[in-house]
Amino acid sequence: MPNHSFANSAKREAAITIENLGKKYHIGQQRAKDDGMRHVIESAVRTPLAWFRARRQERLKQVDFWALRGVSLEIKRGDVVGIIGGNGAGKSTLLKLLSRITVPTEGRIRIDGRVASLLEVGTGFHPELTGRENIFLNGAILGMSRSEILRKFDQIVEFAEIDEFLDTPVKRYSSGMYVRLAFAVAAHLDPEILIVDEVLAVGDASFQKKCLAQMGNIAGEGRTVVFVSHNVEAVRTLCQRVIWIKDGLLHRDGEAEEVIGDYFDNIIIEKVQAVTNRDFGLILEDVVLRNEHGEECREFKPGDDLTVEIHYDAQKSLERPYIILSISGNNGGCFAANMLLDGRRPEVLSGRGKLSCRFRSIPLYPQKYAVRICIRDGNGSDNIIPYQDAAYFSVACDLADYGYQGQFVGRAATSTPVVVPYEWHLPDGTIAPMSLEAASRVVTTR
Amino acid sequence: MTELLIESDRVEQQYWRDLWRYRELFLFFAWRDLLVRYKQTVVGISWTLIRPLLTMIILTVVFGRLGKMPAGGVPYPLLVLCGTLPWQFFSISMFEAGESLVANASMVSKVYFPRLVMTASKILINLVDFFVSFCFLAILMLWYRYVPHMAILFLPLFLLLMIGATLGVGLWVAALMVQYRDIRFIVPFVVQFGLYLSPVGYQSSVVPAKFRLLYSLNPMVGIIDGFRWCLLGTKEGIYLPGVAIAIVGVTLILVSGFWYFRKTERTFADII
Repeated sequence: MPNHSFANSAKREAAITIENLGKKYHIGQQRAKDDGMRHVIESAVRTPLAWFRARRQERLKQVDFWALRGVSLEIKRGDVVGIIGGNGAGKSTLLKLLSRITVPTEGRIRIDGRVASLLEVGTGFHPELTGRENIFLNGAILGMSRSEILRKFDQIVEFAEIDEFLDTPVKRYSSGMYVRLAFAVAAHLDPEILIVDEVLAVGDASFQKKCLAQMGNIAGEGRTVVFVSHNVEAVRTLCQRVIWIKDGLLHRDGEAEEVIGDYFDNIIIEKVQAVTNRDFGLILEDVVLRNEHGEECREFKPGDDLTVEIHYDAQKSLERPYIILSISGNNGGCFAANMLLDGRRPEVLSGRGKLSCRFRSIPLYPQKYAVRICIRDGNGSDNIIPYQDAAYFSVACDLADYGYQGQFVGRAATSTPVVVPYEWHLPDGTIAPMSLEAASRVVTTR
Repeated sequence: MTELLIESDRVEQQYWRDLWRYRELFLFFAWRDLLVRYKQTVVGISWTLIRPLLTMIILTVVFGRLGKMPAGGVPYPLLVLCGTLPWQFFSISMFEAGESLVANASMVSKVYFPRLVMTASKILINLVDFFVSFCFLAILMLWYRYVPHMAILFLPLFLLLMIGATLGVGLWVAALMVQYRDIRFIVPFVVQFGLYLSPVGYQSSVVPAKFRLLYSLNPMVGIIDGFRWCLLGTKEGIYLPGVAIAIVGVTLILVSGFWYFRKTERTFADII
């Protein structure tokens, strides 16, 4: 490493330094594009003066939108940093700036080290090419040299578990194989700094786990990782430090536990946006949570029934889809209703409609929870709606009402959230049954 | 250790270094296109020969037989093929280079590499096609027992001009198409008219002398004339003002194309 005489030791430690970074988009730009060139040329030729005036006005009319502004931060070599935030908060813009896909409007980024960025797995995969050919192509697109790919070729193939299909065009692959191959190439990048977007939201659970482990390895080798995700779980597992971006601004930056806790508290009041899959013509319009009286509700007591109501608009009829609903807390998944297992799937979804799932007597401690949803096609292999948060709720109560007497009962807020009924059998013959079921609740009149 | 500085107005410095770093990708893109191009076609690579062959036959019939254009002592098919090769190289690779960014929009918005690599790789792969069909020309020359003159030594110059003009126009088209998809509809017209405005099916000596300079403003005129002169050594020699205009024109197109591409490249991912 050459000695930068101008850099002090603290500076040399930094892998990424971001100063006052901002990115502005013109919202009007989108509309001007629709006019097309004919309009632009025609009006310019006809009345040049008026055209200039109109253009100036147009520029004034354009609404400037700062996707990201005033962000300053420093990431040290070897840090594994998670970036979280709601949809449209500016996470992806930050990644695009870091990976040089787009140029900042103001501010600067200094990156010290070989960067690889991964905003999508399988970028540039060509369906007509074989797995072998795509490994080379994709590797080159991600910045690997030919010799590097050759060296890692066997590892990649092994990781992807596709050896017998190596010389089959990828258009004949199942989507699972495709994703595995795509991630395998990406996982064998060998950068000093790795910038990763939500790439883990693909593939089946066991492969996701493998990917996470691989990311953990990269991080463990003292390399710098910047990781963006909606999947707070993954962020928690991988990162020590978390940055929360909100409305284009750096909202919080600190210890993973703290920031994620705050994030969960905050996100509960937000409404999750509708999700659309154009290929399958399915719109997931809304996911509503209801209590046992059928009222819309976001705060439950332990032992309450929780009904998750899914409002969909199936523009193309969708036959025998699999729906998976899981309840996850800030410590991970709690329980789920999974049609892949129970097989009780609807015959067909067509037009607008709703279906719901009632979770009986939720045995959860007072914490914040997310309802996650995933919809797969009739084969169970393709994600129509990939796993994502669909709604949030909290459980709140005084645990004393359920017979809790512990001095440290406050720790229930960070404890393992699911409680199956249990009973202590003590030496003196006392039996102490504990349960979060509604029946065990002491109805106090307040 | 590589240090990278990203600022709103100074990405410039790394650009040349990046172009060099991504040279392998340039070859990979060309290799991909070469692999993909004739997949699921029946006659495959033969298309490389069929296209110029058919064009040659049609133009020979239309201009040579029906139009009774002068051939200057050269077999008419040979005359036409000498014009067809550079013209097809220009029109096809300009079109493909122009489409390159829009066709790979997902890549442009998801991963960084100098976009120039992608556009330029289209030129490279068409150059391969060009040399394949060039062999065909060589065979045809043997068939007609046609021996090239010393002028063939100038061929590399005109090859360079041809590549330069194609790359220059390709860069313009690619960058413009990101913003204005209208270009996609304009290009086929330009190609269609260009076929008649360039001396593909006829010799440029048939153009009246007083219009010759005006006619030569199309840089492809100088380039195609040059090809013909190098390979067939046409009697009257080369029209030098035409070549001069072609050299100046190609330089202008190339420099301006490069400038415009670089200027707009930074916003490609935002508007594509």
